[in-house]
Amino acid sequence: MLARSCARATRSSGPIRSLLQKATSRASSTSASEPSKAGNVVGNILATSGATLVGVGAVAWYYNQYGPRALAMTPAEEGLHATAYPWEHEKLFKTFDHQALRRGFQVYQEVCAACHSLSRIPYRSLVGTIMTVDEAKTLAEENEYDSEPNDEGDIEKRPGKLADYLPDPYKNDEAARAANQGALPPDLSLIVKGRHGGCNYIFSLLTGYPEEPPPGAAVPEGLNFNPYFPGTGIAMARVLYDGLVEYEDGTPATSSQMAKDVVEFLNWAAEPEMDQRKRMGWEVMAIGSALMLLSVWVKRYKWVGIKTRKLVYNPPVGPRSRTPRGA
Amino acid sequence: MALSQTLYNTFFRSNATMLGLVFGTAFGGSLLFNGTSDRIWDSINQGRQWKDIKHKYVDAAEE
Repeated sequence: MLARSCARATRSSGPIRSLLQKATSRASSTSASEPSKAGNVVGNILATSGATLVGVGAVAWYYNQYGPRALAMTPAEEGLHATAYPWEHEKLFKTFDHQALRRGFQVYQEVCAACHSLSRIPYRSLVGTIMTVDEAKTLAEENEYDSEPNDEGDIEKRPGKLADYLPDPYKNDEAARAANQGALPPDLSLIVKGRHGGCNYIFSLLTGYPEEPPPGAAVPEGLNFNPYFPGTGIAMARVLYDGLVEYEDGTPATSSQMAKDVVEFLNWAAEPEMDQRKRMGWEVMAIGSALMLLSVWVKRYKWVGIKTRKLVYNPPVGPRSRTPRGA
Repeated sequence: MALSQTLYNTFFRSNATMLGLVFGTAFGGSLLFNGTSDRIWDSINQGRQWKDIKHKYVDAAEE
């Protein structure tokens, strides 16, 4: 913008300069009735340069005022962007690793479930993906749920069954806030879908706690520093340490292994239909491309007559008509 | 000519035969397609699905 206006200024000064030269040469050669014209030219130059200056100044002021992008968010508020990891289960034709899901559920139960609910997952959905029916029933019976009102209208407790949902750690949100210094631990059922970066973000968040906050970082009372969390001050402290849980399949429980397993489990919780979806997807792709090829062939078959025909114009032979054109 | 004549006489001459051919092919074809795609899918995801690790836990419970 600035460069363009400068160019225009020099271009417009060209004719003026030649005019000036002409005027001065004429003034020197001819009579003295010309000075008023010369003064006029000087005024023109002044006016033009003034206008140019005003224009350039206006552009500069405008750029100063509105040019730099004003961001309400600082990088710290936005959070460090999570590293993109090559998740095996995110590949086009890969299912969840159900052994990892089982490990991840163990991590959820032993670590996350102390504060985070998983309220959209019933025990029945664990059957056939993470555990057997008997295991799921045993797990459900460990918890008590409200039963139907009895004859007196009292609601008694009954052991859980497969149709029940995983219990919440707190009675309600207020209780959860009260127990966590005012911070509400989010429900984890859809957390992978509900956070930018999905699996990468949650993995980075779980494993990204530094030993101590970097110098200069302001960490409010009761919060912990995590660069991946928007705002960097997170109420959840680091929870995953090497050897925190003991996997039944003998996998070494490093903190990154646990984070990876629990992230895959949470991805399953958010998208339990993923395996079926991908499988149907590739069948649809196979059938669809076969039909596509077929339809291309049919189109060519139908059009071949039109595409290969030739229009031949044979001008009429015989005497020309004498009637003039347009008559 | 002879081949197309045979084809016509065997399959397309009577409407019932042709419909039978259509439905039979649809049935058999879907069986074949699903079977093949299942086999490919399972070989891609070997060891990852629940049915691959199920035996560990079902057998353990029965013992």
